[in-house]
Amino acid sequence: MSKTYIIIPGRTSKQGVGINEGKFEETYQSEISVLQVSFEDMEELGLEAGDWVRVTSEYGQIEIQTKAAKKDELPAGLLFIAYGDYSSRLMGADTHGSGMPTSKGFDVTMEKITTPSE
Amino acid sequence: MATVTPDASQQELELKIVEDATCTFCGCVCDDIELTVKGHEITKAKRACVLGTAWFLNHSVDDRPSCLIKGQPASVEDGIERAAQILTKARYPLMYGLSDTTTESQRVAVSIADWVGANVDTTTSVCHGPSGMAFQGVGEVTCSLGEVRNRGDMIIFWGANPAESHPRHFTRYSLMPKGMFVPNGRKDRTCVVLDVRKTKSANTADIFIQLKPRSDFEALWTLRALCAGVELEADQVLADTGVELAVWQDLMDRMKKSRFGVFFFGMGLTMTRGKHANTEALLALTRDMNQHTRFVCKPNRGHGNVTGADNVVAWRTGYPFGVNLARGYPRFNPGEYTASDVLARQEADAAIIIASDPMANFSEPARQHLKSIPYIAFDPKETPTTKDAEVAFTVATYGINVPGTVYRMDDVPISLRPAFDCHHPSDLEILQGIEKRVQELIALEAPQAEKDPSLRPSTRLTNGGKAE
Repeated sequence: MSKTYIIIPGRTSKQGVGINEGKFEETYQSEISVLQVSFEDMEELGLEAGDWVRVTSEYGQIEIQTKAAKKDELPAGLLFIAYGDYSSRLMGADTHGSGMPTSKGFDVTMEKITTPSE
Repeated sequence: MATVTPDASQQELELKIVEDATCTFCGCVCDDIELTVKGHEITKAKRACVLGTAWFLNHSVDDRPSCLIKGQPASVEDGIERAAQILTKARYPLMYGLSDTTTESQRVAVSIADWVGANVDTTTSVCHGPSGMAFQGVGEVTCSLGEVRNRGDMIIFWGANPAESHPRHFTRYSLMPKGMFVPNGRKDRTCVVLDVRKTKSANTADIFIQLKPRSDFEALWTLRALCAGVELEADQVLADTGVELAVWQDLMDRMKKSRFGVFFFGMGLTMTRGKHANTEALLALTRDMNQHTRFVCKPNRGHGNVTGADNVVAWRTGYPFGVNLARGYPRFNPGEYTASDVLARQEADAAIIIASDPMANFSEPARQHLKSIPYIAFDPKETPTTKDAEVAFTVATYGINVPGTVYRMDDVPISLRPAFDCHHPSDLEILQGIEKRVQELIALEAPQAEKDPSLRPSTRLTNGGKAE
């Protein structure tokens, strides 16, 4: 059974620069389509930078490339992704009466895959 | 203003400097930027951060048509006509966005929403909407960024990462400046960062506290207890927050000893489980701290004029976001009238999206429904939202081509100083056109509606959109 992690979608300055260059341009697209994984979790799953994983939440699933987070930035068990299409696909629609879907800190499972299915 | 047709032969030769230009990319709204402008291009943005530089240098005039209807080039007039038809025929129109345009445009947009009985919501609902709810529940002990600059000696960032999202926050407002009561600048201030990740901002902190994910509420109540002198069990605190009680006690001691403490908080609080309850806990802690010293609390707002959107929607309707005008009077209910919910529940049958990109940022059910209904989109650039719009307007960029007013994250209004003209119309001009045409269409429908009340949204009997 796949291990459960907590994912934190968030802002990065590169993503902000990419928004200005254009959302269909390389800077934005490359920033939102990579998952940052802690060094420990990379090692545990036998992942190297550029390897693909399947990430599944209660509401959706994505296949995405990985890279190791900068030293100490992420503790084991925590994943980070820049806001964008991929992070939105994992997010549920229920806002619990607040107007805000739970967009950070929700559970996902992650498994290594050899190649993306599409 | 924004409708001047470019005369390349003259303007390309022109080189000018714009002093004190205002950057509208993020809520810092830095108004000290020196722009070097050559024709229709900004070649240099002195004093801008990495995000501001990208903002100014990448908003040359877009060569797309000013209006597309179903993906085909059309005149702006035809686009206005189609938009007015969509909005007046809809039974549950949604207006959403508004945070990346001027206060003047926001004002007209809310008028249109009032005329057609729309549900009006801003990007606040998916950033600091929960904070807005908490402000109503607890109250806000607040101040301007100028006071932070001149007085703040204990600066605490909670679930916020300004090093990436607001790069000049530290240097212009919160940490580095030498102020009236902090003459040595950074040396006179203690910086604390609390986050689940060791972010870039954590590297600038004197104290970094790494929280257990989803434990913000527990951590804040731990501090509230320590503020009130309540004895806590060390094991329980460690289990609840992932942080030793001694660390919390040390932080509280420092907070009480400070002269002017400031909490800046971000979406680490509002987007995580607990949402408005997390923010309420922080606002309550801020209130508690004023029994001991001066403490204030500020949300780090993201978009350039999202604070203006809150202000304008509040002074037009009485509520800051998530407002339904269908009955001719405003009703406020986050979770019911907020855009993400209205779309995900498939309630809206048409939409007008102004300066935002829900097709990139909303949940999949919300995005699928938006894609299935006719909607109008405004943006200076092509985005996933403009791509699927029935009517897509390419508009001049606020602050670069268009003058007006924006509100900084501390509710201070700031004027814009545009750098060059643009042949695309401003969203203000298009919105004014839509409002006029909407009024005409409603007037045409009026005799029929008199006979058949089911055709008459009660809002159309009001004159809420009439200019004051």
